[in-house]
Parts: sequence; C-alpha cells; structure tokens
Amino acid sequence: MLAEAHVAILLTGALVGIAAAPLGLFLVLRGTAMLTDAVSHSIVLGIVIVWLLTGVTSGPVQMLGAALAGVVTVGVTGALQRSGLVRSDAAIGLAFPALFAAGILLINLHARDVHLDVDSVLLGEIGFVWLETLQIGGAEVPVSVVTLALVALVNLAFVALLWKELTLGSFDPALAAALGLAPGLLHQGLLVLTSVTAVASFDAVGAILFIAFAIVPSATALFLTDRPARALGIAIVVAVLAAALGEWLAFRLDVSIGGMMAVTAGGLFALALLLAPRRGVLARLARRRTEAAEQEARTLVAHLFTHEDAPDAATECTDAALSDHLRWTPERAARIILHGLDRGLVERRAEVLALTDKGRAVARAIFDPLGRG
Amino acid sequence: MTGGLDHTLGVVALGAAVLGASGGMLGSFAVLRRQSLLGDVLAHAALPGLCLGWLVAGRSVVPLMVGALLAGGLAALSVLAVGRFTRLKPDAALGIVLSVFFAGGVVLLSYVQAVGGAGAAGLSAFLFGQAAAMLTGDLQAMAVVGGLAALLVAAFWKEIAAVCFDPPYARALGLPVGLIEALLTLLMAMAIVVGLQMVGVVLMTAMLIAPAVAARMWVTRLWPMVALAAAFGVVSGVSGAVLSTGARGLATGPLVVLVATALAALSLLLAPGRGVVWRLLRDRRLAGQIEGLRVLETLRALAEAHGDADYPAEAGMIAAAHGLPVARQLQRLQSEGLVAPVTHPPEQTPHWVLTPEGRARLDGLGGTR
Repeated sequence: MLAEAHVAILLTGALVGIAAAPLGLFLVLRGTAMLTDAVSHSIVLGIVIVWLLTGVTSGPVQMLGAALAGVVTVGVTGALQRSGLVRSDAAIGLAFPALFAAGILLINLHARDVHLDVDSVLLGEIGFVWLETLQIGGAEVPVSVVTLALVALVNLAFVALLWKELTLGSFDPALAAALGLAPGLLHQGLLVLTSVTAVASFDAVGAILFIAFAIVPSATALFLTDRPARALGIAIVVAVLAAALGEWLAFRLDVSIGGMMAVTAGGLFALALLLAPRRGVLARLARRRTEAAEQEARTLVAHLFTHEDAPDAATECTDAALSDHLRWTPERAARIILHGLDRGLVERRAEVLALTDKGRAVARAIFDPLGRG
Repeated sequence: MTGGLDHTLGVVALGAAVLGASGGMLGSFAVLRRQSLLGDVLAHAALPGLCLGWLVAGRSVVPLMVGALLAGGLAALSVLAVGRFTRLKPDAALGIVLSVFFAGGVVLLSYVQAVGGAGAAGLSAFLFGQAAAMLTGDLQAMAVVGGLAALLVAAFWKEIAAVCFDPPYARALGLPVGLIEALLTLLMAMAIVVGLQMVGVVLMTAMLIAPAVAARMWVTRLWPMVALAAAFGVVSGVSGAVLSTGARGLATGPLVVLVATALAALSLLLAPGRGVVWRLLRDRRLAGQIEGLRVLETLRALAEAHGDADYPAEAGMIAAAHGLPVARQLQRLQSEGLVAPVTHPPEQTPHWVLTPEGRARLDGLGGTR
C-alpha cells in the first residue's frame, strides 16, 4: 500500500508538470508567464462558487466552472490593458487578488462545512491523492492521475496540432496576424487550457505552487535550448525529475511534498543556470578567463614583435620593460610570460625574450591580418 | 463592552491605517515604474523569511520582519540575476522567483508546523492576515518601519520622482539611478513587511497596486497621487480590518483587498476626465457636436446649390440630403442660435435657414472651401 501511495504521488506530481509544460513553454516564450499567476489564483473563486452552487468538488462541471474564473480574470486584465487607463503589469495585479480574496472569504465564511480549507488552497494535498481511486481494467488508479493524464493529453494535442501557429505567434505575432493565424485567439486558447490545468492540479498542489510547475521547467528548457520542440522535451524531463527528486527529499526531510517538488524544480533551474555548457554562468566565466589570457598573449607577442631586431631590443624585450611599459605588475608579467613560454610563442635567450617562429606568425597576423605583406 | 475589545479595535484600526498609508504611498512608485508585479513577487517571497525568523526566535515581531525583508531582498536580487544571465523575458524571471520562493516557504512552513506544535499555528496567520491576532508590540514595529519608509521617501523625494518618470534624464543629471532603484525596491519590501500581519503574503500585492491605481485616476501630479493613494489605503485598511473583527475567523486580508479593489474599480469608472463613464459621456457629446456641424454643412451645401445664402430648406429635404434623421440636431442647433426656423408660404412644412452665426461657425472651421 505504501509503495502504491509513493507511485501515485510521483505520477501526480509528474503529470502536473507534463500537463503544464506545453502551455508554460509558449507562455514563457510570449512573455506572459505572470498570467499563470493571475489564472491560478483566481480559479480558487471558481472552485468555491461551483461548490456552493452544485456541491461538486471534482469532475468536468467543477473543472469548466472553475476554469471560467480564470478566463474572466484574463478577460478583465485584457480589458483594463486595452482601456489604456492602467499599464499591463498593474492590470494583472489589480484583477486577480480581488477574485482570490473573494474566494478565500467564501471559504472562511463556510469554513465549517467545506472540505476546502485555506491550507489546502495554498499547499494542495498531494499526499492524499491515492485515497480517491477509480477502477480501470481491474487496477485501482487515483482519480487525480486519470484527470491529469487526460488534461495532459489534451494540452499536448493542442500544441501538437497548432505547433506552427503557436511558434510563429510567439516569435512574430505581427506576421502571424498578417497571415491570418489569429495569434490573439491562440493565446486565449492557451490561457483557457492553463485555467483547466490549474483546476485539475488544484487538489494536488494548490493554487500557488502550480505556477512553479507551469513556468519553471519550461523556463529551464528555454534557457538550455533555442528550439521549441527540443525545449518541450527538456521541460517534460525537468518536470518528471523535479517530481521524483522532490518526493524523495520530502519523505527524507518530512516536509510538504508539493512544496518540495516545486523547490526542486527551482533547484534544477539554478543548476542549469550555473552549469549549462556554453550559456551557464560557470561556462561564461571560464570563457572570459580564456579570452583574457588570449588577449594578454597577443599583447605580449605584439610588443616583442615591434621591438624585435630594433636597437632598443635589449632593453625593451625584458621582464622589467613589460612591467614598465605595459603597466603589468611583475606577477602578472611573469604569469603571462610563463603562459607564452608554455604555448611556444616566446623563448628566453639569455636576458631577453624572443619570439619563436610561431609567436612571430601570431604577431604578423595581428599587424597584417590580410596577409598583404 | 469591556475595555479589552476597545483596545483591540484601536490597535487593529491603527495598524490598518499604518498598513494602508505605507502600501498606498510606496505602491504609487511601483505602479508608476511598471514594477507592480515585483511587489507580488516580494510579498510571496517573504514567506520563507518569515518561517526562518520564526525558527530563530519564535513569535517575535522583529525577527519575523527582518526575515521577511532579507527574503524580499534575496528575491529581488534573484530576479535581477535571472534577467542578467538568461534571455528569458522579464516576467518569466518574476514567475520563477515568486513560485520557487513561495514553495520554499511552504516547505519551511510544513517543517515549522511539524516541529513547532501549537505555537506554530500563529504562523499561518501571515498567509492571509489576522488583524485580531495583532499585539501592541506589532503595531509599534509596523509604525517604526512605516515611518522610516516615509522619512526615506521625504529625504529622497526629488531623486525618486526623477527615477519614476524619466530614468535616462535622471542618469544624465548624474543621479545614482541604480541606487535609487534599489532604494525603491527596499521601500516596497518595507511596505510588504508592514502589511504581513494584516493582509498576509498572498494578497499584499493588492495593497500596493489598487490604491495607487485609484489615486492615479483622480490626479496627475506625483505628490497629490502619493497622498491620495495613502488616503485610499487608509480607508480600505481601516474598513477591512474593522469588518474582519466583526466575525470570528474572518481573515483580514481578503476584506481589506476587496475594499481597496472596489475603490479602484469606482475610480476607474467615475474619475472625472479619465474615468470610463466620463469618457463615454464625452465621446457622446463630441459625437453630437460633430454631427451638428455636419448638419450645418448640409444646409450650406443646399444653399449654395440654390445660389441663395438664405435659402430656406425644407426639413425633409435636409434629412434626404444629409442621409440621416436631423430633427434632434436641428433643435439643438437652433438652441445654439446656429440655425433658425422659417416659414415658406404656401408650404406648411417647417423650413430652416443658416443664421449668420451658423455660417461664421462653419467658416471658423477652415477647410477646403
């Protein structure tokens, strides 16, 4: 039983990420990732209202009804932005807190007879998903897993069918509009699906952690690659990894599972930021160091080349002259000379430094890059 | 009633006033600098700081505030770092930092609740605010932080104004724009710290945005806007907080936020000059004026076609030439003295001529004729 619970939790966490990844990818690309924040907060009101009206806390009615609240938020935000009275950031921040506040207030007022409570709104109850199961082909499957799998399929089908339109709409909305590809409508579609996904994920991870599942894997993937298709694959891998590692850590440390999954996703993003080949912070620092060393080596050979065979060669081509004329500290000069010796660009002849044939070739390339002689 | 209740109500109302004033004042700058969502990020990101403060010192207001400030500062730096080292759009950076910091807070909260036992229940009051749980010491700390923020704003008023409206110009003046932006971010974090007890981390963003948006609708200058935003903040804070003490278990945050948003919505609709209703009325008035001028044009065209400047045009003829019903426009133009009704025997139907004033109005427009 315990093993089954672990698997159910892992599947749920991974499926939240997989369902949200195709949507998050395009929202991050379009620069509207914070609308996920607005949508996921405002569905709380939808969930409460649907519950008050029908007594339903799951199923298609609840999903569509609650998703409507997300759509309303997006609509109000858009109307505020178009009115020109409020700038786009303030428009987002004005609409959703009010809907969220109304939802919380309703939960408070009916606190005695709702299974919803404020904590589950924030944290979700991923630890309990395996308690509610469904018989499929003789196997017991948690309801959340089935729902999320369906939502994930719908989302993946949506982006697969409209891949060309969505990518063009993200990179060049004006061209997409001119070609009649309705980028605005597609964006609305993405947000409707985001609302539905947020509702489906609500029981598992709550309203706010969903943002992490929706944005962080996609952002990580888009940091690592420029190709949307590859990014989708990476985002799904990151989401599954975050769910698995997060669950393991949560059980080790005895803390919130959903929270730990989201934190792990953040950790994976930070790791990518640091360690990514080429773009990562460490790779960039290393590259900067190599480039600096290269530049110093070039300065050294250029200096020696200009004074080579000149009357002042004996005084200019010495360690001391490098410190005096190039304003290098003795330590720096020593390091650069060592580097030049290692690379076979210079050699020591008694007291003076001289260029090797290789070093002379490098210097010639600096002063005469086109080889005109 | 007992003195205890009055005391509580007094503390709550004062606290709400401090919260509203600092939220409105400091939110104004955030809204003007299009940084509203950074406020949302800093507020959510305060949660892990609160939990750490709690782990260090328990329910003691100063460590909690310090924790929240530090977490906010770290979150702001993280947003900058993500923006600096990636090519992701800025709002992706905001979303990542908001959700991951909040998740960290959730993890710490679950840890605190596991180890802390009964006392830790008070920590979840910081999620949505619980005015009734406020102590006199909390109020003093809030007042100190809010007052400090106000002093900082007063001391650097000119610099802040320049950075809010025209950062390149401020830089050209030699102002340390980066430092002032950092100061403004710090001030935003201070406003959030002030509001944590009353509104909580999740909804605090509304206390920064809604009063400022409302104030912006009524005034166009910075200092009246900041003052008005602070006033709106005080009104929403006090009314929300007082309402929340009325019913048991009612979180303060949602009530305060709903009042503030209602004020913003009313301002958006009704503010003179910029409000939606005002604009609709003005559009209708302008449309009427333009339609009136077009009717005058039609009258002149008829007069010219008949080679008689005082040609009395029959009402039906005007409507036919104009292509639209004209009766109401003619009434209005008559009341302005631009047209005059005349009789044209033996015909019985009403006729109209352009008055000299009407001709002058048309000539005053210039145009091609």
